[in-house]
Amino acid sequence: MHPMNESAANVFIVDGCRTPVLKARGAPGPCSGADLAVAAGGALMLRAGIAADALDEVVLGCVMAAADEANIARVAALRIGVAQTTPAFTVQRNCASGMQALDTAAARIRQGAAQLTLAGGVEAMSRAPLLLNDGAVHWLAGLRRAKTAAARIKHIARLRPAHLKPVVALLRGLTDPVAGMSMGQTAEKIARRFGIDRDAMDRFALQSHRRLAHAVEQHHFDDEIQPLYCDGDGGVVEHDDGLRRDTSIEKLAKLKPVFEPLSGSVTAGNSAQVSDGAAWLLLASERGLREHRLEPAGRIVAVEWAALDPSEMGLGPVHAAGRLLQRLGLDARDIDYWELNEAFAGQVLACLAAFESHDYCFNEAGLERAVGRIEQERLNIDGGAIACGHPVGMSGARITLHALNVLRRTGGKRAVATLCIGGGQGGAALIETL
Amino acid sequence: MDDTRDNPQTNEGRDEGRDDAHIGGRDEAHNGGRGERRHAGENRPASEVHPQQRNTGQDNATHEAQDNPQRAGSDDAAHGAHDDFRHWRVERGGDGVAVLTLDHASRSANVLDSAALAEFERLLDAFGRDCPAGVIIRSGKANGFLAGADVTEFTGLQTRAQALQKLRYGQNLMNRLEALPCPTLALIHGFCAGGGLELALACDYRVVEDAPGCRLSLPEVRLGIHPGYGGSVRLPRLIGDLPALNLMLTGRAVGGAQAKRIGLADHAARRDALDAAAAALLRKAPKPRRAPRLRRIPKIAPLRSAVAFFVERQIAKRVNQAHYPAPFHLLAAWCKARGGTLRRIEAEADSVAALFDSDTTQQLIRVFLLRERLKARARKSAPGRVHVIGAGVMGGDIAAWCALSGHRVTLQDRNAALIAPAMTRARRLFAKRLKRRAHEAADRLLPDPRGHGAARADVVIEAIIEDADAKRALYAGLEPRIKPGALLATNTSSLPLEQLARGLQQPARLVGLHFFNPVAKMQLIEIVHGAATGEQWLDAAAAFARSLDRLPLPVRSSPGFLVNRVLMPYLAEAMRIAGEGAAPETVDAAATDFGMPMGPLELADSVGLDICRSVAATLQRPLPRSCAEHVAAGRLGRKTGRGYYRWKNGRAVRSKSRAEPGRDLRDRLMLSLLNEAVACLHEQLVEDADVLDAGMIFGAGFAPFRGGPLQYLRDDGAAAHLARLQALAARHGEHFQPAPGWDALK
Repeated sequence: MHPMNESAANVFIVDGCRTPVLKARGAPGPCSGADLAVAAGGALMLRAGIAADALDEVVLGCVMAAADEANIARVAALRIGVAQTTPAFTVQRNCASGMQALDTAAARIRQGAAQLTLAGGVEAMSRAPLLLNDGAVHWLAGLRRAKTAAARIKHIARLRPAHLKPVVALLRGLTDPVAGMSMGQTAEKIARRFGIDRDAMDRFALQSHRRLAHAVEQHHFDDEIQPLYCDGDGGVVEHDDGLRRDTSIEKLAKLKPVFEPLSGSVTAGNSAQVSDGAAWLLLASERGLREHRLEPAGRIVAVEWAALDPSEMGLGPVHAAGRLLQRLGLDARDIDYWELNEAFAGQVLACLAAFESHDYCFNEAGLERAVGRIEQERLNIDGGAIACGHPVGMSGARITLHALNVLRRTGGKRAVATLCIGGGQGGAALIETL
Repeated sequence: MDDTRDNPQTNEGRDEGRDDAHIGGRDEAHNGGRGERRHAGENRPASEVHPQQRNTGQDNATHEAQDNPQRAGSDDAAHGAHDDFRHWRVERGGDGVAVLTLDHASRSANVLDSAALAEFERLLDAFGRDCPAGVIIRSGKANGFLAGADVTEFTGLQTRAQALQKLRYGQNLMNRLEALPCPTLALIHGFCAGGGLELALACDYRVVEDAPGCRLSLPEVRLGIHPGYGGSVRLPRLIGDLPALNLMLTGRAVGGAQAKRIGLADHAARRDALDAAAAALLRKAPKPRRAPRLRRIPKIAPLRSAVAFFVERQIAKRVNQAHYPAPFHLLAAWCKARGGTLRRIEAEADSVAALFDSDTTQQLIRVFLLRERLKARARKSAPGRVHVIGAGVMGGDIAAWCALSGHRVTLQDRNAALIAPAMTRARRLFAKRLKRRAHEAADRLLPDPRGHGAARADVVIEAIIEDADAKRALYAGLEPRIKPGALLATNTSSLPLEQLARGLQQPARLVGLHFFNPVAKMQLIEIVHGAATGEQWLDAAAAFARSLDRLPLPVRSSPGFLVNRVLMPYLAEAMRIAGEGAAPETVDAAATDFGMPMGPLELADSVGLDICRSVAATLQRPLPRSCAEHVAAGRLGRKTGRGYYRWKNGRAVRSKSRAEPGRDLRDRLMLSLLNEAVACLHEQLVEDADVLDAGMIFGAGFAPFRGGPLQYLRDDGAAAHLARLQALAARHGEHFQPAPGWDALK
């Protein structure tokens, strides 16, 4: 056993819960980001029996909050009923925003700045806005400048059909502005590099759905998911609704590559779904536990970040988790369970290959040696974002929470939750049961 | 004026929270209002020291600036007025603007009673001698501007001439206010109703609070009268004839922002900006607003008659002229309007005075006072945590209403799917009431399948199936978990509390909170107390009911409590008559002609015939065969689309051709109800006859213009009714046997 006293002050996870992940179905979903955060957060506060004024801080990760939900952490906190005097702030690190929230909250607890913090992640990707394109914005500005009626009519005549073509903010967000590649294209690139073929991707995607379906049947999410009551017609969503129980290797094989139509392998079926959801964890210091008489479920040992070539952002977990383990003097065998966010099946498989590769770990990730082999039996055993969805700001918090729940269920001690981050970064959190 | 008539002991309670329904909003305002309550007696010493204050403080600006809240009418404004002011405060700023603050000394809500009006008259006198640069009229109460004239002063009036004199007096003051040479402005927050709005209408400008709790209304028709301080003349002038008629005929309230939109207010501002907005508007002093010409309907008789014809048809759809003459009176007065403002204002007084004369008005005022009496049972409790168990129609709707009223609510049922329909209904209710702010209430309502909320709740409401064993089993698990100070309430509609309290460690805190369906509409909650129920818990239950803006009616626990018990023989009789072959439309018409809001068969269908049967069973009075047959055939009423009526889209399908109900039919129905009411009074289920009347009016919609079942019996002659009852017993059998207690009525 290695010394694990990364820091004198412990950060405990008291409890956590999340909404089901709702698949975006081409139209704005029933809940805004704040609605989702309130649904999960209210349930968590109720379950934990925490009075509204007991929290010291609220930290929420979110990539793209709605225009009327700026600093969505504060909006959600007030709506949950957290005291007006409790500060709340929003953090953003793209796909790892939820994990960033945990890291930031944990750091503030270690500093002694907070004893009890609500931290999590949220995203309502289905509500990502349609924007006016540049031409239309300039046309509108010109209209405002036109003073006389004649000038105005003249200006109106300059309106062109092209001005009406909206910019889909979601697609812009999923495109790396520096590398000029969409996330899917980066996945194609690393899959090719590590020789991951279409069939392997599809088989991984199928496994994700099957594992999620099985976990639902086994009631593994009963404590994790707070049913969502906002679908309007008296219904209730109790589970991640992106799950396809009827999918098969044949069905997956029929889908067309999205990002490289001619030569690619990444399809809608073997990529994470675009979704909405929110997850929260209640974090506490030792004093926080004592003062509020709370039982901890686990602790956050450390969080590590790393950055790499944006066009290979999918390998971020190798860099981040590798550095995390090296820093703590651990290797892959010391980790009982892994949650590796399934942005793309090809990306997950590429990471697994890279973890084992001394060449990649040493030469590219700057590690002392290969991290090691991570068996599928220790990885994403209840499925992942390919089956349930990847609300970008939420996922970091979701996989950390779920990793803890799996540890507790299987009797494991240590888990790593890690994900790749658009823009070429990786994040990894090490958590432990007590 | 003779102030000693204002007995603080009686007025205090009666006027508490006389404000018009604030939903989900301004509770801090209520608290503030309570905080500021002062007894007349407590105020005395301040008035008595006033002369000394004047001696030392006159001409001393710094002393003035200390703004002693107890200081009565300030000297500057009322030059030469030697007596003190108890209800009004006057401050004259450096800009010469006089700010008149009404802060009624013996009421928690401002009313224009004769004492307040008399002081106002003296202020006007003073302004006549020395007119300020401008006048701002505002309220010193946190809860609102003005609740209107003091209705109680109109109940004792014996003659039409007396009423007329009183109206003219008030009108004259409004006219004098309007005629002041300086600009005048009403600064309105919270409620502003009736005479209060009429006062504001007599000002040049109105600045209102832009908040949900700011409600402006002319609700006089609800008392069987119409505006009588010039409002019916000034409102059309300001916002146009049709919008004004709409407001006056329905009595509905408009919010602050809407008041600005329709031109009733010149400006709407947040509370913190109100004073600044008022001062700025007075400085600018634009020409007072008038409705655009297009909005006015010329005073040409044929034209107005034509418009009135259409408006009248709309009113007649909703109210029966024979029962509620006021709206028709108002419309007629509007039709006949001639001459200038002052002349029309005179005509308004004549019209209202005639209405005061009518029995309907006196009864409706009585109903208003009964409502005030029920309200006075308790002060609103502060918003807290409520846990509701059972997410059925009642439980779910109770939870939603509690959340809408500002409580934080957890709703428990066995699983999420059982809670989901309640959440959907709740969201619809919130969307309807709060529009864009719906999430405020939605965020306060948490589904709680595992019942975490029970341990933290201040009020726990059980609303599960009507099964005493199931309820007792639930309490057994629940009681050890709930807070020591939490109220334990059951929404049972018929089970005796004694039966449910058996086995409780603390039977004293079990109270019945009997809500009526639909929860969002029915104003009454029966507060049911068993033999063991403790007084403090009853008070807590009543205070909780008030926090939901509901009227608490304390009832002794006995099968069916009050409202269901009194209704049941009436429903049974209707079913019996239907079973004899009468058309349901005919049966129901007998009741609606009497003044009931809905016929008994339609009511039974709406409630559900199966529910009616189970309530009847707990009363041990089985319903007639026709009902049993419907239930056996699965025709349960509205919910199955079939009962005594066919139901389509939630409405009963009525055939146009119906026989006119005869006298016998009406007697059979109404005497069943009246007889049971007499029995309940005799058994002392409620405090007294007035409370019983209130219960039947607010809980079952008993014809308000008849003043309640017992009032009706007294007015109409109990002896005659008893005789008819005995005749019915002879003809139709046992169930018409007069209940014990008739003798006491004679």
